[in-house]
Amino acid sequence: MENKRYYRSLTRNMITVMILVSFAPLLLISVIIGYRFETSYREKVLDHLDELVQKHQQNINIFLNEKLAYIKVLANSYTFEQLSDEAFLEQKLNVLQEAYGGVFVDLGVVNDKGIQISYAGAYKLVKADYSQAEWFKKAITRLYFISDAFLGLRHQPHFIVTVKKQSSEQSAWILRATIDFEVFNSLVESVRMGETGSAFIINREGELQTKSRLDPLLGKELLRQVLSEEGGQAVGERAERADTGLVHLIKTRNRITDRDVVAGEMKSNDRELIYVTTPLKSGEWILAFLQDEADAFSDLRQARRLAIGIFLLGGLGIVIMAVVLSKKMVRHIERADQEKEMMNEQVIEAGKLASVGELAAGIAHEINNPIAIMVEEAGWIEDLLTEEEFSETENRKEFGRALSQIRTQGERCKEITHKLLSFARRTDPRTLEVQINELIEEIISISEQRSKFSNVKIIMNLDPALPEVSASPSEVQQVFLNLINNAIDAIGTGGGTIEVTTRTENGIVVVDVADSGHGIPKAILPRIFDPFFTTKPVGRGTGLGLSICFGIIKKLGGDISVNSSVGIGTTFHIRFPLPGRSQGER
Amino acid sequence: MSTMVLLVDDEVPFVETMTKRLNKRNLSILNAFSGTEALEVLEKESNVDVVILDVKMPGMDGIDTLREIKRVHPLVEVIMLTGHGTIESGIEGMKLGAFDYLTKPCNIDQLMTKVQEAKDLKSMREDKIRQARIAEIALRRGD
Repeated sequence: MENKRYYRSLTRNMITVMILVSFAPLLLISVIIGYRFETSYREKVLDHLDELVQKHQQNINIFLNEKLAYIKVLANSYTFEQLSDEAFLEQKLNVLQEAYGGVFVDLGVVNDKGIQISYAGAYKLVKADYSQAEWFKKAITRLYFISDAFLGLRHQPHFIVTVKKQSSEQSAWILRATIDFEVFNSLVESVRMGETGSAFIINREGELQTKSRLDPLLGKELLRQVLSEEGGQAVGERAERADTGLVHLIKTRNRITDRDVVAGEMKSNDRELIYVTTPLKSGEWILAFLQDEADAFSDLRQARRLAIGIFLLGGLGIVIMAVVLSKKMVRHIERADQEKEMMNEQVIEAGKLASVGELAAGIAHEINNPIAIMVEEAGWIEDLLTEEEFSETENRKEFGRALSQIRTQGERCKEITHKLLSFARRTDPRTLEVQINELIEEIISISEQRSKFSNVKIIMNLDPALPEVSASPSEVQQVFLNLINNAIDAIGTGGGTIEVTTRTENGIVVVDVADSGHGIPKAILPRIFDPFFTTKPVGRGTGLGLSICFGIIKKLGGDISVNSSVGIGTTFHIRFPLPGRSQGER
Repeated sequence: MSTMVLLVDDEVPFVETMTKRLNKRNLSILNAFSGTEALEVLEKESNVDVVILDVKMPGMDGIDTLREIKRVHPLVEVIMLTGHGTIESGIEGMKLGAFDYLTKPCNIDQLMTKVQEAKDLKSMREDKIRQARIAEIALRRGD
């Protein structure tokens, strides 16, 4: 349980370390490169838009200046009287319209009172009074003027260019031309990018000067945004501006010059937009380009999605790999630990057996001589009892019985020391190539008498194609003898069967000795190979039989194991290494 | 003429009791308590038929003693007596010319049988040698 927890925490630690080590640089690189890429990509897009907007700014400025120049030429070339002649004006309009298409919608001459003296064009606007019109108020004060777009008397959006001329000291007059709104509009509308990017013009009140698909309110919002960018950076200042209103700000700050291009990002009605603005008409108008951020940076977003996808997939791969690898490694470690533990146990077992063996050999040697003397002394008494004078003794019979018992017990001691010694030094440890089947047949013939006496039937299932193994024949026979004797003891007097099977399993010779005895309780199963461990009644077993078997088989480099269930029987499995595969010390 | 046996073992009580038992079975017994002593006895007593020799003794052990006996008195038969741990020595002894080996504690009847067999073998060999000598003498006379 403790071990399981240890291996689990080891797995966890390994997974964590692997993931951290793999992810940290990946994440760092992704973030840095992603940030750099995004920044430069945004810059590139905005730069491109800057350029586009500037080009169009030039185009529009050229267009406006050109139109103004025509009117200037007209006003400078002809007198007020000439131009007041409607037929003449009509003729000039025709010339202009022929030369420049429908750009010029109409021409008119307005005196300093705001009354249109003459008019050429589609609308009946002769004698129209412009004295209250915004454009007139501005135009009369300047030499040249380009108005904002307005509906005017014709109720059509249009804008006009005017040139003021001084005819005499008191009176001034104005030559005005209406510019076709559609033509101008098409100049601006042609600026398109992606699906949502479009350009438009606003005046300094934020009113749209061109047709646009956009919400008209966006113009004001954009203006506010541009001005906040334009102005100082302090938050307080920005708040102040929000209070005082746009118009005021524009008038007071009025910092927009022809060369300023302002680019940035803004948010409106949950739409994230990027904008690029540049002033037109000396800052009276603003040419603006707006595009949904998602649209403008769609490639970037796609790249980001792809990168995130790859990152996630890679991350998943790393996590799976970390988990699989860690589990595999921990399994290996666990197996290695188990093997180590097993080796340690075997070393301890071997050491235990070796020391017990030394002890046993010492005891056997030392005990044999006193026993021999005791048996001889008893024999001498027996010899003496055969003499005439003792034959009639009352206890003659009892003496005889006691002496025979001494002899029997002496024999038993001899048997024990014999077992101890064979356990310690093996009788004939020379290794030969042996046929296991033959050894088993010999041993079974030896045991036949005893098994018959116990009503035990021995069945042999010997594989005739069994290969030879390297072993000491006497040692192997001792193993089988011990196992068969144990099996006979386990069956008891009730009778039963012992089945000895030989077979090859993956090139290894396996011998199974199965009995139908009373089985070995699970609790004592791990101890049965321990020296001096016995379940037989006192005086019947030395507890060395299986220990000897274990020692012999391990020395050969083989393996002995046991399966047992109480009431059903016990099976010992012995695996012999094939010649050349023996790992045991010789 | 009874069989003359030399019993060699470092365990004095064993030698004493065994001597009594073998005497009772009409064998003439000489005692020695070490390998060296055994060789000395053999030097003095030329009519020893069989030596019962313990393998494990302090000083000169049974195997060395056997080698020496066989070198000096090749006709004397030796029965090795071993503890169980020294069966190998018993076998080695037989390779060196011992008649047989018995394990301790041994059965007296078995020992008697072995002694008898050893004595018979010795007698047979002595007869053969005697006959060979007679034949040799006859041959010389014939010359």
